[in-house]
Amino acid sequence: MKSMFRHTAAALAVGVAFAAPAAAELTGELRIFLDTSNPAPRATMEAMIDRFQQQHPGLEIETTVIDREAYKTQIRNFLTADTPDVATWYAANRMKPYVEAGLFEDVSDLWAEPEIADNLASTKGAMTIDGKQWGVPYTYYQWGVYYRKDIFDELGLSEPTTWEEELANCQKIVDSGRACYTIGTKFLWTAGGWFDYLNMRTNGFDFHNQLANGEISWEDDRVKQTFANWKQLIDMGAFIDNHQTYSWQEALPFMVNGEAAAYLMGNFAVAPLRDAGLTDDQLDFYQFVAINPDVELAEDAPTDTFHIPANASNKEAAREFLRFVVSADEQTEINNGANLGQLPVNAQSAVDEDKFLQQGFEMLSSNSPGGVAQFWDRDAPAEMAKASMEGFQEFMVKPDNTDRILAKLERARQRIYDN
Amino acid sequence: MTAAVDAPDQESWFHRNQQRLAPWFFLAPGLLFFLVYVIIPVFQSFNLSLYEWDGLGAAEYVGFRHYEDLYWEWVDRDAFYTSLKNNLIWLLLYLLAIPAGLFIALFLNQTVWGIRLYKSLFFFPFVISQVVVGLVFTWFYDPTFGLLNEFLGVFGLGPLNVLGDERFVTYGIIFAGLWPQTAYCMILYLTGLNAVDPEQIEAGRLDGAKGAKMLWHIILPQLRPATFIAFVVTIIGALRSFDLISIMTQGGPFGSSRVLAYYMFEVALSEYGFRMGYGAAIAVILFLIMLCFIAYFLWSMYREEKGH
Repeated sequence: MKSMFRHTAAALAVGVAFAAPAAAELTGELRIFLDTSNPAPRATMEAMIDRFQQQHPGLEIETTVIDREAYKTQIRNFLTADTPDVATWYAANRMKPYVEAGLFEDVSDLWAEPEIADNLASTKGAMTIDGKQWGVPYTYYQWGVYYRKDIFDELGLSEPTTWEEELANCQKIVDSGRACYTIGTKFLWTAGGWFDYLNMRTNGFDFHNQLANGEISWEDDRVKQTFANWKQLIDMGAFIDNHQTYSWQEALPFMVNGEAAAYLMGNFAVAPLRDAGLTDDQLDFYQFVAINPDVELAEDAPTDTFHIPANASNKEAAREFLRFVVSADEQTEINNGANLGQLPVNAQSAVDEDKFLQQGFEMLSSNSPGGVAQFWDRDAPAEMAKASMEGFQEFMVKPDNTDRILAKLERARQRIYDN
Repeated sequence: MTAAVDAPDQESWFHRNQQRLAPWFFLAPGLLFFLVYVIIPVFQSFNLSLYEWDGLGAAEYVGFRHYEDLYWEWVDRDAFYTSLKNNLIWLLLYLLAIPAGLFIALFLNQTVWGIRLYKSLFFFPFVISQVVVGLVFTWFYDPTFGLLNEFLGVFGLGPLNVLGDERFVTYGIIFAGLWPQTAYCMILYLTGLNAVDPEQIEAGRLDGAKGAKMLWHIILPQLRPATFIAFVVTIIGALRSFDLISIMTQGGPFGSSRVLAYYMFEVALSEYGFRMGYGAAIAVILFLIMLCFIAYFLWSMYREEKGH
């Protein structure tokens, strides 16, 4: 309690200091917490922070990197006590609990600056809750179908664009003794990706959002139609067997060994596929096919973000850091193939020459008129995401239980959204 | 005591009561920690279970609604029902570790060359971390590359996806758990066997007892204390089974291998959780179940002490 008081007092003091005309040079301590614990992203982030440090030699920057999974639970502690000045997190509903608890700083002022307002417009929606912005994005990536081009060539298949073509392709792949798709649903979220696409293609982006917000019954006929489409694929043997026992990484070998022809995944799957020996001649990408011609195409593009905790003590430096992160040059640098290998959020940045990034950028900027979703477990509230993804997994193993599963999800919906 | 009566005001109260106070002083640190880390949290979690709280905002009093929800989960054969059912299966099957441990202990209780090495090899699974046990068995059960299916393939059986099939998954995990637990029980029995009175065996032999009869009437009664401890640790181990489930299946497939301890963690502390009140309600239920066993153990210990 005492330390909390001291903290608040310190924050107040700093706040008062800022009310006076800000000094040109940033000073004091800047504590940054990162969840980019994998070696490559970690190096990227540290290099970026070094560049920021060189611009502001008066600043004492302290960086803490926390394991990505552990971070998800620790953030609850460090946002309330011993708070850093900048912290990474995720966009959309995933930041909602912290916004509602008043733990993230409102940074709408940054978004009002022309530099950010003009160049980051595409991700503004994902950062907005209650009409205010609560952080800035630093990277995002496309989802889509990564497939073995050599297998498609061997079977004389081309990239499908409609559901009929998709089913016809898949039938040929199954007939050749392979599975159309590899997937590992042990950790559930991969099935959430499939649901995202099938539901957005069957019922559209707005319907999908309403479902995530609990405004539509899970026993609605339109939801049932999504599952009926999904069932078509399951019944023809499109997915590998025993996917419920594998993680997404453990599902990769099936594609590498040619036992499965494609993988619906985020762009981060490309690196391990290349590492496993697939060349760019063997590996290619296409946008998930249209199912219902009446709905506009919409895509999943999860966005990773930086936030300023409400209890931060050096908010001026933190804001400067956020400006720095989203600047065109930094965005080009940290998202290039040698670093994160993802898409820059700043419209003025250059996208890496990598063919998957180019295709993904093209797809998201010109062929996703319906909208851009974050991902099922970031768009839906955590509890509903958990319950539903468990349902998706069960459905993929036992497609005949659809009605029972949907009834269960409907019960969960009524419980979860009514508080 | 007469001194105290004779000179009531010459000695301080402390001096008079030293004898009676001393044990409490010695107990004080233990009691204090037991109070702070066990007794008070028990009441705190009961209190928490009456609130809706996400760990961040303000807690909202909801009375017994969480228990009501749990009841409905039970009626609907939902997660809570599965967890409770699995807990029961764990309780029953985990007890197999006791006879298995006894059997191995009897087998190893002989003097041949290198017996110490064999004993340590049998004890080995208890020494390695549960995480490793979990991983080893996950690979063993792997439906495509696993040893189990290679083995079944020899007999033209399988393939069997033990951890991916909701019918087998709990048994698969329990089997993995029995490996270290059997070793534990074995050690308890081995030490117990050291204390078996050779004269009684001699006497039994003179009366013509051997084999199973000898075991049942002469050896086992003397192993009673070891059996008791083995029983206690196995029951407690079964009720708090968590690590293996977390490593091998994460409660899956579709939540069919959950037990109460894991469900509580999932609801309150995992990535998609943070319903602290609901988690606390599950914890309270688990505590009540454990309390039955603990009460029984304490009672039988008390009876034992009194008997002597």
